[in-house]
Amino acid sequence: MVLVYAESPKGQFKKAAFEAVTYGKKIGDAMGKPCVALVIGNAENAGQLGVYGASQVVQANGAFENFDSQIFSEVIASVAKQMGAEVVVVNHSSSGKSLLGRIAVKLEAGSVSGVNTMPTLDGGFKVKKNVFSGKAIAQYEIKTPVKVLSLMGNSFPPVASGADVAVQALDITAPAARITVKAVETVDGTVPLPEAELVVSAGRGMKGPENWGIIEDLANVVGATTACSRPVADTGWRPHHEHVGQTGVAIRPNLYFAIGISGAIQHLAGVNSSKVIVVINKDPEAPFFKAADYGVCADLFDVVPRLTEAFKKFKAEN
Amino acid sequence: MKLLVCVTQTPETTTTPSFSADNTEFNTAGVNYIMNPYDEWYALVRALELKEAAGGSVSIVNVGPGTNDTVIRKGLAIGADDATRINAEPKSAMYVAKQIAEFAKAGGYDVIFLGKESIDYNGAEVGSMLAEYLDMPFVSFGTKLEMNGNTATINRDIEGGEEVVEVATPFVISAAKGLAEQRIPNMRGIMMAKRKPLNVVEPVAFDDPAVVVSYDLPNAKSAVKMVDPENMDELVRLLHEEAKII
Ligand SMILES: Cc1cc2nc3c(=O)[nH]c(=O)nc-3n(C[C@H](O)[C@H](O)[C@H](O)COP(=O)(O)OP(=O)(O)OC[C@H]3O[C@@H](n4cnc5c(N)ncnc54)[C@H](O)[C@@H]3O)c2cc1C
Ligand SMILES: Nc1ncnc2c1ncn2[C@@H]1O[C@H](COP(=O)(O)O)[C@@H](O)[C@H]1O
Repeated sequence: MVLVYAESPKGQFKKAAFEAVTYGKKIGDAMGKPCVALVIGNAENAGQLGVYGASQVVQANGAFENFDSQIFSEVIASVAKQMGAEVVVVNHSSSGKSLLGRIAVKLEAGSVSGVNTMPTLDGGFKVKKNVFSGKAIAQYEIKTPVKVLSLMGNSFPPVASGADVAVQALDITAPAARITVKAVETVDGTVPLPEAELVVSAGRGMKGPENWGIIEDLANVVGATTACSRPVADTGWRPHHEHVGQTGVAIRPNLYFAIGISGAIQHLAGVNSSKVIVVINKDPEAPFFKAADYGVCADLFDVVPRLTEAFKKFKAEN
Repeated sequence: MKLLVCVTQTPETTTTPSFSADNTEFNTAGVNYIMNPYDEWYALVRALELKEAAGGSVSIVNVGPGTNDTVIRKGLAIGADDATRINAEPKSAMYVAKQIAEFAKAGGYDVIFLGKESIDYNGAEVGSMLAEYLDMPFVSFGTKLEMNGNTATINRDIEGGEEVVEVATPFVISAAKGLAEQRIPNMRGIMMAKRKPLNVVEPVAFDDPAVVVSYDLPNAKSAVKMVDPENMDELVRLLHEEAKII
């Protein structure tokens, strides 16, 4: 069977959990095996994972308030062993990334992180992921009986295929954590960059932090998350968690606006998996146009407010 | 404090990858190699700063063939005291983690540093595997690390924000942007590096559980469609009707 760890940060499932279950269900169907979802700690209505294809939901009840990869991986690996999981799926999120390796070692299983396609099962278990920051795709073969995968966000949209299922409680006492969480600060109100479907990003063409109002206005109207190029974060114009690219956050939204960004190869490395790229730049020779689907060659200070107005009009009419 | 930094070698960031005719091998001809930026800029430098503040030693470990020695020497030139190369071709994250764990288990290291991910295979896997083999806590994507005796306070990146955690030594940490500032090796460092020990040890037997069997290049983008700057309604229309994205 396929075991999917469904993340429930602060007791809530996010889209990532539904994506992982959808993916697990598809793999299960291909193998002719059921997909079981595992929830650790609190989760509002864990049974809803059935809607995305889990035939069963098991929930480890216990004091699991803070994420700790040592404890969570122990729970996941022991459930996987007990239930005889052949494939274990986690998200390629900050917690998923620290779980994957530990689960793999515990289960003596081969792992591939950040997969974005369905595995093929004929002649060995093979699955693909992007490598060289999206400049190439590698197909891996996992040779061990048990396989562990982390699923790249925005690769498999959640598909509602079933109905709520009953939740089976597992009584597991959480062992004492060796890592103490002292504080958590998240930007409220917006979707975090790695999960965002729509991103408005700006670079050094903005001239200074005081000009970001037009970027925020556009992002608000579109419902997008804001991002920036590296020099912008390095000079403190924008918070460093907005930095996308090879040495920043790698993203793959449905729509990426690159405004006043030249399109250096290290920047492209983090964004070239975006489905649609719109570039606004006053330099017709800017390399970014080569990676773009739509381009506007003009002064961003004229075009961006005009684009915001056009979106407002569109939203009012649709 | 005894500090260990895991460093790997990656193709330089502007490399355009290409593959053998049967798409099974990465073409190394003409590729410039560098130390993985996260290992060099952040992991190694923060380890050196801790040593400078509190004493101790900084060792480098790499799993790789002899061609990696240039990159390892650079780490010594930046300031590490000694280096060990485990003489093997790194083909999977678990193989690498296993080798480093075997090397490190009797070393008594207080903190083991890695980079957040290698920029070629973008795995971000070795750190958690190594921590598991060594039964140590693992803090990933550290952006700030302060030591107070045996206790570390670490800021780490999480989705859309950051978290502050406390952990006692020994532990494993992976370094993200912010943990330190890049250092450029100076002439004195480069000269001294020549006299520092670079030990070569043989690997333990371990089968790669997952390996790359073939490569592809992403589909080429079709040519960009330019939109009249005066007509942003047209851009919105295209995104709606043609790209069907909004
Ligand atoms: C090892 C390494 C790793 C790196 N990692 C990253 C990374 O992760 N992410 C990243 O972003 N960079 C990274 N870089 C830096 C990268 O090489 C570029 O220097 C950087 O992306 C440039 O940022 P930019 O496009 O904002 O600025 P610039 O290159 O200065 O480009 C500004 C652009 O704005 C345009 N412009 C100016 N004014 C206007 C206007 N009024 N209207 C419209 N357009 C205008 C210009 O034509 C220009 O194209 C890395 C570099 C190295 C060496
Ligand atoms: N061959 C290797 N030798 C030593 N350290 C490595 C090796 N490969 C990866 N690492 C370390 O593990 C980190 C994460 O790599 P990865 O899991 O491959 O993304 C790197 O930043 C290095 O610190």
